[in-house]
Amino acid sequence: MLDATLFAGQVFNGFSVASLFVLAALGLALSFGLMRVINMAHGEMLMLGGYLAYLTYLIVPGPMAILVAMPVAFLGAALVGGLMEVTVIRRLSSRPLDTLLATWGVSLILQQAARSAFGPIGVGVTAPDWLNTGFAIGSLYFPSTRIFILAVAVAVLAGLGLLIARTRLGLLVRAVNQDRMMAAASGINTRRVDLAVFCLGTGIAGLAGVVLSLLGPVTPTVGQSYIVPAFLVVVMGGLGSMIGTTAAAIILGLVSALSQIFLDVSMSQVLMLVFVIVFLQFRPQGVVATRSRALEG
Amino acid sequence: MTDHPLLRHAWIAVLALAVLAPSLVSSYDLNLLGRFLAMAILAIGIVLIWGEGGILTLGQGVFFGLGGYSIAMYLKLASLEPGYLPDFMEWSGVMSLPWWWVPFQYPLFAVLAVVLVPALFAGLFAWLVFRRRIAGVYFALITQAVALTFATLLTSQQSTTGGYNGLTGFTTLFGMELGTDAANRTLYWVTLGLLVAVFAGSKWLIGSRFGTLLRATRDGENRVRFLGYDTTPYKVVAFALSAVFASIGGAFFTLHAGVVSPAFVGVVPSIEMIVWVAVGGRKSLWGAVAGALIVNFAKDIVSSAMPEAWLYVLGLVFILVVTFLPNGIAGLAEDLMKRRRERAAATGTALLEEAQ
Amino acid sequence: MTFHSEIKPGTPLLQVTDITVDFDGFKAIDGFSLTLRPGELRILIGPNGAGKSTFCDTVIGRVQPASGSVRFMGQEITGRPEHEIVRRGICRKFQTPGVLPSLSVRDNLAVAAARDRRWWTTFSHRRAAEETRRVGEILETVGLSDRAETLAADLAHGEKQWLEIGMVVATDAPLILLDEPTAGMGPNETSKTARLIKSLLGRHAVLVIDHDMAFVEELGGTVTVLHQGRFLKQGTVDEIRADPEVAAVYLGRAKE
Repeated sequence: MLDATLFAGQVFNGFSVASLFVLAALGLALSFGLMRVINMAHGEMLMLGGYLAYLTYLIVPGPMAILVAMPVAFLGAALVGGLMEVTVIRRLSSRPLDTLLATWGVSLILQQAARSAFGPIGVGVTAPDWLNTGFAIGSLYFPSTRIFILAVAVAVLAGLGLLIARTRLGLLVRAVNQDRMMAAASGINTRRVDLAVFCLGTGIAGLAGVVLSLLGPVTPTVGQSYIVPAFLVVVMGGLGSMIGTTAAAIILGLVSALSQIFLDVSMSQVLMLVFVIVFLQFRPQGVVATRSRALEG
Repeated sequence: MTDHPLLRHAWIAVLALAVLAPSLVSSYDLNLLGRFLAMAILAIGIVLIWGEGGILTLGQGVFFGLGGYSIAMYLKLASLEPGYLPDFMEWSGVMSLPWWWVPFQYPLFAVLAVVLVPALFAGLFAWLVFRRRIAGVYFALITQAVALTFATLLTSQQSTTGGYNGLTGFTTLFGMELGTDAANRTLYWVTLGLLVAVFAGSKWLIGSRFGTLLRATRDGENRVRFLGYDTTPYKVVAFALSAVFASIGGAFFTLHAGVVSPAFVGVVPSIEMIVWVAVGGRKSLWGAVAGALIVNFAKDIVSSAMPEAWLYVLGLVFILVVTFLPNGIAGLAEDLMKRRRERAAATGTALLEEAQ
Repeated sequence: MTFHSEIKPGTPLLQVTDITVDFDGFKAIDGFSLTLRPGELRILIGPNGAGKSTFCDTVIGRVQPASGSVRFMGQEITGRPEHEIVRRGICRKFQTPGVLPSLSVRDNLAVAAARDRRWWTTFSHRRAAEETRRVGEILETVGLSDRAETLAADLAHGEKQWLEIGMVVATDAPLILLDEPTAGMGPNETSKTARLIKSLLGRHAVLVIDHDMAFVEELGGTVTVLHQGRFLKQGTVDEIRADPEVAAVYLGRAKE
């Protein structure tokens, strides 16, 4: 018999997992939509955000440290992302699979660098007191960290939506997304747009890293545990669509949380993968279909 | 590639050295070489799917593991006293052998499983994915998710898979006592023989009409479709074959190493397999074999001398090779030889002109 | 598999009746009809955006018409999947050369010429003698015999175009659609292409899309003019040249 409280609790958990997926996947989806490039070191941007949060806590302790850590992590990860774009990704722009491999090389180096700098075991970040509470409705308990994560995800989505819809950068992004050649021909510096979007995407990952640090220790491989589900979200979401990515994150978050009522974590992971493959049987173009692209090859 | 007379016959020398290796190197090195030759079998499969088919897979560790675990389950059962269960099962309080372990007490079943299980699983998976025209980056990411899932599953089902430690402690194979010098030599020669057979078979396949169509699909899948072909079967067969090679490689690796565990299966080992082939040359069979040997020997040397440095080296080598040498060592060798031929031709003409 | 035995004399090869293609409210093709006899040459011209390429897309099933019908050899093919239409005997050459770059010229043609497309029969190094003969013939026709072992990637632009025409011919499809076969060619190459196309007629009906009038003149044959998705005029090259309405359409654009 399915207990209603348990079910409601898992639905809440599902949304909370989904907000992590969104934060981890949005940056990937952005640059994938624009440049058709998957950054395998995206997980290490999460990790970087986590370590930057840890360092910020050391320098500015106090209840508001997390609010300082967020812009720091965003800028730090965006900076590293920018460096990556200029040194590695730009050189491989016409070879998406090779970009994927080269960025994996970057990912390995960053992981090892973290291991050398902070040790293999990982560092803890203590959440401020105002995040250590929660409230209950009936027998359901809502911890405030989870609510905070949800709020961050919603805020990032809203901010990104506004950025794309209302700003000049957003306009340029939409133009390049529509037709890169035409955009370039009409005088848009597409390389600079690529760079800006890539920095933005990795910055969001850095932000996600701060959020992750509230849930557990920051380790050199912390990014790896979130990145593969984030990839699945991108695959299922449809080509770089924000709405698709969000919808896919929610669906997969719910699948993961609800299946854990019946299954252990590893079986629920199997189920999630099978779910994605079955889903793609019916909608190979993803949750949000992009219009049919020009014939390739 | 084989234009140079020296190179045309170089393979005979290499093969002779490989056959004589048991009397040339220490038993430690022979064991390493045997493991790496097993990995080279897998690398050849990657040439088929990635080099010829243009399909990047980040899940070869899964098939390596399927082969490794299939043979290891047989070895584990064969090494038991009658009436006993594998040690890790007894520790976890498992009372009787799980049903899916039972057939692995028969050696023939285990050997068939090494070939058939990955073929069926890879074939079904690839058919589901390719028929919906999911390709490129999407396919790579899905295969990676498969690798992660499989590794997690093996680790978490401790009581029936041996968990994180995997399966080890084997003593006999088909009635032959393992670990003796004679057994090691035999095992080495069988691995070498299989590698040669897989190499030759793949060379034949690449030259066949199937190979032509696989390359055609890589070059322009839509073009091939508009010529009236269904491209899915070519990709499915190439993927299934690469899975079988990976599985055979995994089985022999397990025999040489005496252990199989999730550490050989997951995301990182799966991409490392791609590194071997990227370094050696994705479009070259001998390049892939050389890549598997070079990268793994380098790993052995670097990680025993400076364990921290290995991941830096691996990451850096991968970035550089992918960026500047997309066809790896084999591609570089080919370019150099082409240049030398052209220079030779140029000097030839110059001499001729001078003489006139 | 031979398509030609199925052609019934007297019936049109391709009969497109009153098709309309609607892209989100924009009518790329608006009530257009066209009939082709077996072995006939037809040239479709019109200013940019007239709907020529969309028409090709509709015939081969890449684009579904909102209304109207496409019949091939007397059978309805509207709404059939692309590969099925190809297998019925319509083959199209795209604007951008679609050769297979890492295959030799010979292998490119062999892939197109293979009659047996069942994958399990490809585990062999042998090709049917008939196919080898046809590939040789086509190499001759498109003038690439001495380039047979060259990789398609290493061909010059014009040679790539001929190779692709060769591939289309190799499928032996009774209807061949050529979308701007002379794009990017110089005058010599263009007239070689015209001769090549004329040599295909009879066995193949060819529908050519182009707007190079010199090329159209060299080809001869019936010209159909498409304007804003609608039928405008049909006639010989000279008639079309002299037509004031056609001139207005082209000049009108030139003034813009």
